[in-house]
Amino acid sequence: MTLWGLKNLFSSHALLLWFRSMLELKGIRKSFGKTEAVRPTDLVIQDGEFFSMLGPSGCGKTTLLRMLGGFEKPTAGEIYLNGIRIDQLPPHERQCNTVFQRYALFPHLDVFENVAFGLRMRKISGTELNERVSEALELVQMKEYLHRSVTTLSGGQQQRIALARALINKPKVLLLDEPLSALDLKLRQQMKVELLSLQRCLKQTFIFVTHDQEEALSVSDRIAVMNKGVVDQVGTSQEIYEFPRTLFVAQFIGSMNTIEGEVKDFNSQAITLAGSAKRILTVKPSRDGFRPLPQVQSGLAVQMMIRPEKLKVLKSSPQPDQNYIEGMIKEVLYKGPVTQFLIQAKEIPSLMMTVVQTNSAVSAKKTFNMGDRVFAAWAPEDCILMGKDGPLPVSVFETEPLELRALP
Amino acid sequence: MSSQKSRTRYKLVPPIALPTMGWMLWFLMIPMGIVLIYSLVMKGIYGGIVWQMTFENYERAFDWLYLKIFLQSLKLALLTAISCLLIGYPMAYVIATANQKYRSALLILLIIPFWTNFVVRTYALKVLFSEQGPLNAAAMALGFFSEPISFSNSYGMVWIGMVTNYLPYMVLPLYVSIEKFDFSLLEAGRDLGASSWNNFWKVLVPLTKPGIITGFILVFTPALGEFLIPDLLGGARSMLMGNLITEQFLKMRDWPFGSALSIILMSIVLISLVIVIRVWMKEEQTKVEAEAAHGH
Repeated sequence: MTLWGLKNLFSSHALLLWFRSMLELKGIRKSFGKTEAVRPTDLVIQDGEFFSMLGPSGCGKTTLLRMLGGFEKPTAGEIYLNGIRIDQLPPHERQCNTVFQRYALFPHLDVFENVAFGLRMRKISGTELNERVSEALELVQMKEYLHRSVTTLSGGQQQRIALARALINKPKVLLLDEPLSALDLKLRQQMKVELLSLQRCLKQTFIFVTHDQEEALSVSDRIAVMNKGVVDQVGTSQEIYEFPRTLFVAQFIGSMNTIEGEVKDFNSQAITLAGSAKRILTVKPSRDGFRPLPQVQSGLAVQMMIRPEKLKVLKSSPQPDQNYIEGMIKEVLYKGPVTQFLIQAKEIPSLMMTVVQTNSAVSAKKTFNMGDRVFAAWAPEDCILMGKDGPLPVSVFETEPLELRALP
Repeated sequence: MSSQKSRTRYKLVPPIALPTMGWMLWFLMIPMGIVLIYSLVMKGIYGGIVWQMTFENYERAFDWLYLKIFLQSLKLALLTAISCLLIGYPMAYVIATANQKYRSALLILLIIPFWTNFVVRTYALKVLFSEQGPLNAAAMALGFFSEPISFSNSYGMVWIGMVTNYLPYMVLPLYVSIEKFDFSLLEAGRDLGASSWNNFWKVLVPLTKPGIITGFILVFTPALGEFLIPDLLGGARSMLMGNLITEQFLKMRDWPFGSALSIILMSIVLISLVIVIRVWMKEEQTKVEAEAAHGH
């Protein structure tokens, strides 16, 4: 074959696809007796993606991961890696390796032997074994601990050994089952960054299971939020946070202020609400285009949701184009970078608004005191509209990918 | 493993240990001392002892006749312990991994034999395996043999009796260490490509070794001195250490020789235990040293 032919072969599309490791779940379902741990789920995870599965405990995220790892057989459905069906294969034939929740390091083996385990099982020995083990240990900066017993290592160090051990066989996909949950806060934050930089450097697919929303938001390329065995929403961190598609996602990720009302009027630019606030509230599509207006009818019972950091505490009446609620400051919680206010709404006795203000912008705590009569104001572009019992349909969004939407 | 963790040290003994120590002194140390002294004196003509020091009892024990009995006992005790391990490990594994609901039921089933009298239990075995017993009757009815097979009065029968009797002593410590075992380690093993055999041999066995060693000691030690089971099941043909010693005291009225044999038996047990523990400790020691050498 000529050099040109070879070059052509390498740049051909078929070969590119061959190298891509895409994980595809088709109708995956798992039930234990009568309980449905994972309801039929379809997911596509791209090559090199840092993909998180986020949800409260018992939502099925770990079961889903264990099915990917080969520790549970799906009740129904198929899993493909690069187009090859893997759901019936034993764990070690899948090119997926797992970092277990409490690391599951072998306590009777030292650091070297723990990391070398996967190679030894593949009958690799001698210099190749030594080289690959020290390469893996270097990757996680644990080279000087070669012959230490793993039981004498700290949590963070054990975590790194578990990573090195799982990476030694060069898996196409690394599965991480709540790998940070056993660490204390400081270490967790540090390991989070290390995990992210490790993933960036290896350009490998990481599938990360966590119940910690902040963890998921900060490291993931995309997140699947799970609830009761169902994937509620899949999207980037920003999509999940700014445009939750279900009530559960809205309430589980971050916190929300919820005001109930009904649709008074609507057009393509804005929706107005009347209701408990005794004032017309307006909803507009978000400025960055993340959140279009949903489809509504007049008189539809809805809830307006606003993130605490989108609210502003004002002493005087806000601009006429702003939404606001009058109220009294019940509590001022100084938290260092931010101050959190709890504001009792004047017109709605059941509504306690949570407002978070950064302390650099306003010396918030000095300006406001408990018992002050204030206005909590927010822009019409900053609120999310949901139905009374669930999400409202959005027409534009469904057909048009988010990235392509032009900013206004 | 952190066996070198500092414990509170007392100058002499903690007060709470005093009753135990008194008990051990009065009922163990003093009788042992007596046995040791008796083994070093001469026997009287009509039983009893003559206060004259001699090593003759020990010299006699090294006669080939007795050495053969020693070796036979050692062989049978080892065989019993190994058989118990081979039968007991799967049993302990099944119990330890059983559903919580069935686990206690299985444990009780294991312990129930202890509730019947040891002699009755052993006789039951004798009946079960006898020429007119149910086992032979069943085998013959099914046409396996035309003549009943005689198990009784053989080493094989003694072996069956010992294994049956000592099995729980093996299963219980094994159960404890398998129950403590973290089964996600086996998943990790599978994830990294270990076959079932490798997972068992390289992960489960090394991590349940304390149970294996404890069980082995608990079976091997009493099996070495066992005298009732060979007596009941083996008849006159299976003379073991235990029988030999019993005979010296009860039939021959040769207390000094019996004492000497006892001391020798104890020494064998002690030496074997020391070897086992040394080997075990040495592994732990090298681990600790390796850690110390690499600093913290």
